[in-house]
Amino acid sequence: MIGAAFAAEDADHGHDGGASLPDPMHQFEIKRLIPLELFGYDASFTNSALFMVIAASLITLFTLYAMRNSALVPTRLQSVAELSYEFVANMVRDNVGTAGMKYFPFVFTLFMFVLVLNMLGMVPYSFTVTSHIIVTFALAAFIFLGVTLIGFVKHGAKFLKFFVPEGVPFLMLPLLVVIEVISYLTRPLSLSVRLFANMMAGHTMLKVFGAFVVALGFLGGWAPLAFMVAFTGLEILVAFLQAYVFAILTCIYLNDALHMH
Amino acid sequence: MDPSAAKLIGAGLASIALVGAGIGIGTIFGNYLQGALRNPSAAPTQFANLLLGFALAEATGLFGLVVALIILFVF
Repeated sequence: MIGAAFAAEDADHGHDGGASLPDPMHQFEIKRLIPLELFGYDASFTNSALFMVIAASLITLFTLYAMRNSALVPTRLQSVAELSYEFVANMVRDNVGTAGMKYFPFVFTLFMFVLVLNMLGMVPYSFTVTSHIIVTFALAAFIFLGVTLIGFVKHGAKFLKFFVPEGVPFLMLPLLVVIEVISYLTRPLSLSVRLFANMMAGHTMLKVFGAFVVALGFLGGWAPLAFMVAFTGLEILVAFLQAYVFAILTCIYLNDALHMH
Repeated sequence: MDPSAAKLIGAGLASIALVGAGIGIGTIFGNYLQGALRNPSAAPTQFANLLLGFALAEATGLFGLVVALIILFVF
């Protein structure tokens, strides 16, 4: 069934109407809301951009509104804002140490942005920005570049020693250094693919099972519907977990750059 | 062989990555439960590591999915 749906997609994203099930990939389609062309590049305001703007303004409004008259005894909203602050602050402190608190604002922004984007994607008829690899790869590439720059600024050329494992026989070094360098260079790739694949796979699966509910009708549709309910819960967990993993891996990379091993 | 058939077989083979993801997730949760039952007081402190390990293991299975999708749609 999934194969049939994919095959329909394969026939040039063709809405040829041959497949009986709706196309599960349709939800990832990017639509131009405000067409715009700058210097020969397509810089349209898309639904992806719209949801990024919504996420950024939601976070800003939430933190500003929750802390508008902050008190020693917090209100419920203030508690939520303080909880998220403490959560990320502890994560940075545990993984990078106090030297990393300088980068706390960045990690907090990153975590909240990815978390809100993932959670917005769980709203029916919305768009999941993080299910596009170009978005996650851009985030990961900037993290990678920034962390590498921090390493070189802090340690200078000594940062290259990061690629030379200690306590290894001299003859093994040529092999191991190559492996270390490759594993370092694949970091942005694995970081971005992890988030993108999780979100895309989850949402595709939700759509496929949603189509089963409709296809099986009133009598048989209850079984996939029950599965859908459970799976939606799991997806919300994954949405949080992937934001957490994205932030914590950023912390780990930052720790490597600041403290080297 | 028909190239489109080979494509489908290749995409199916890429889903073997799920074996590794299943073993990994099972190992992580099994070992966490084992450790948590032996020393329940230390269990909550390792919960974050459990989630991290789960997400890392699950991601390898999804890499397989990405490979399958690339085979299906890019070539």
